[in-house]
Amino acid sequence: MTGRPTILTRTIKLSILIIFLFLSLFCHLLTAQALPAAIPDSSSFQASPPTNVRAVDFKYDRGEALEVRWNLSSDDTGSNFITGYEVFRAGEKSDSFVSVGFVAPKTESLTDKSVERGKLYRYKVATNYKGNLAYSEISAAVAPEMDPINWNLLNLFIIGLIIAGAVIYFIAHAKRGKKLFIRKIAGLEAIDEAIGRATEMGRPILFIPGINDMDDVQTIAGITLLGRVAKVVADYDIKINMPVSRSLVMTTARETIKEAYLGAGRPDAYNDDMVRYITDEQFGYVAAVDGVMVREKPATCFYLGAFFAESLILAETGNSIGAIQIAGTAQPAQLPFFVAACDYTLIGEELFAASAYLSNEPKQLGSLKGQDVGKLLAMIVIIAGVLSATIASAWGSEFFAKLTEYLVRIFTIQN
Amino acid sequence: MQLFGIWVAAFLTLGIISFLYKDNPWYKLCESIFVGISAGYWFVALFFDAIVRLFWEGITGPDPRYNLIVGGVLGVMMLLRLVPSIGWISRWPLAFVVGSTAGLYLINYFSSNVMLQVQSTLNPLFGSSFGQPIFSASLYDTIGNIVIAAGTFTGLVYFFFSKEHKGAFGGAARIGIWTIMITFGASFGYTVMSRMSLLIGRMEFIFGDWLGLIK
Repeated sequence: MTGRPTILTRTIKLSILIIFLFLSLFCHLLTAQALPAAIPDSSSFQASPPTNVRAVDFKYDRGEALEVRWNLSSDDTGSNFITGYEVFRAGEKSDSFVSVGFVAPKTESLTDKSVERGKLYRYKVATNYKGNLAYSEISAAVAPEMDPINWNLLNLFIIGLIIAGAVIYFIAHAKRGKKLFIRKIAGLEAIDEAIGRATEMGRPILFIPGINDMDDVQTIAGITLLGRVAKVVADYDIKINMPVSRSLVMTTARETIKEAYLGAGRPDAYNDDMVRYITDEQFGYVAAVDGVMVREKPATCFYLGAFFAESLILAETGNSIGAIQIAGTAQPAQLPFFVAACDYTLIGEELFAASAYLSNEPKQLGSLKGQDVGKLLAMIVIIAGVLSATIASAWGSEFFAKLTEYLVRIFTIQN
Repeated sequence: MQLFGIWVAAFLTLGIISFLYKDNPWYKLCESIFVGISAGYWFVALFFDAIVRLFWEGITGPDPRYNLIVGGVLGVMMLLRLVPSIGWISRWPLAFVVGSTAGLYLINYFSSNVMLQVQSTLNPLFGSSFGQPIFSASLYDTIGNIVIAAGTFTGLVYFFFSKEHKGAFGGAARIGIWTIMITFGASFGYTVMSRMSLLIGRMEFIFGDWLGLIK
């Protein structure tokens, strides 16, 4: 139905129009307030400089850094009005300042890591407004100094001291002839069985110590286990084949096998060719080891050390030739492949515990026991900390909140 | 020249892949080329990087670093293996390398694997983070907090060697190894996917750069 608008309709329309005009005016005023009263001309405007510029020695370092601090410019009001701050440095008596860094607005410090220990430096900081610099006063001269002790790591030192103390205590305990209990580690029992199988089949044993050098604890653990394997190999008079990818590992492995043969009373049976260097190149090494596997068909393959992308390639090839495979590594990303493709896998810590378990030497047993003390400590802290944090958040208990904070602080590393 | 390089790369790639069928002369050839070239490359790279650039230029340069002589002496001691009567001297640099690096890495491993792990575990079970009220976390975060706390604790129980895995302790250890195995399963899938991308890269080379079937 159409017709001439009534007075009511006109009033409504007029009201909407007035409200719309009012809202437009209000929004305009609001926007105008949010913007700076007047945007300065960038060609001539200079923002006010930062104040109270001072340089302080960076704590607990080797005298290689200074920290420059300042109070913000009064024009650093947010919304990125200024471009940022530029920090300049000069020697004690020099007036030639060079730029050492640029930081964003609202930043109050910069760490200068391009300084030399013992030399005096002065700083000034400039507020940068679209390229126009407003310089602060020059700071007092300061020299970076070495702190012989990093007190930030005191907590690490104390916890390390507790664990090291426990290790020393248990080594002494074991040396006095006291028996230290270590639980059975699955996989280790299989070592003798696997070597026995190689003897029965008249086939060699392949030992891969990973692809890292002797600076990796996993390689060291692998070489320690090699000593035990080589001793059984020497006893059974079977062939061991050990291709390696690092020259230092080759030298160490040769020493280890030689010693094992000497211990078994068969030094004449030892041969340097048992350990061969292939190449440092990861996949070149893998290609060669795969070739060795399919040509020599070892009855048993040991993969004990640090492994990376080659883990599955090696384990799959070993599987395809029907070898018994015993692996051990602490590389979390490679363990799944070994678990899937090998008969026995020493997972992480088990690799390190294995040598202690097999050797029964007081030093290694004591060390393992000492590490167990560290784990026990961690377990206690986790239970106490999680319960305390939960109680603190449930009932707002100040005591438990402080306890949690304290525990978190103990285990926080500050660099 | 680039075309020649592509043909050589394709020949070597297919030679290595042929191992999937069985060991064959083509694979043996590619293996020998790979091993020989890489061993030679590493010898040259290490000789010029370590002995020439780091050591020789380090001690004869304008700002001589005489502490490098210690490394040089250790290197010479290592070479004494070649003289059987005094070969035992080579054990000293080995002992130095093993001992010093174990000590150096101790701090790094201890910080990341012990301190950080324990610190990250200390969260309220039902709160989003420490300091937040209880039940402030979503169901997802709550389950995450419980899994982190229980998983870390039971994982530690599994790797505790001073007690037999029996009774409640054995039960906790079993949960620990289950947690580890589930993590391995996830990691396995993730890594397989990344390996697939490597295979795809090679296939792209074969069918794209070499055969020109992929544009």
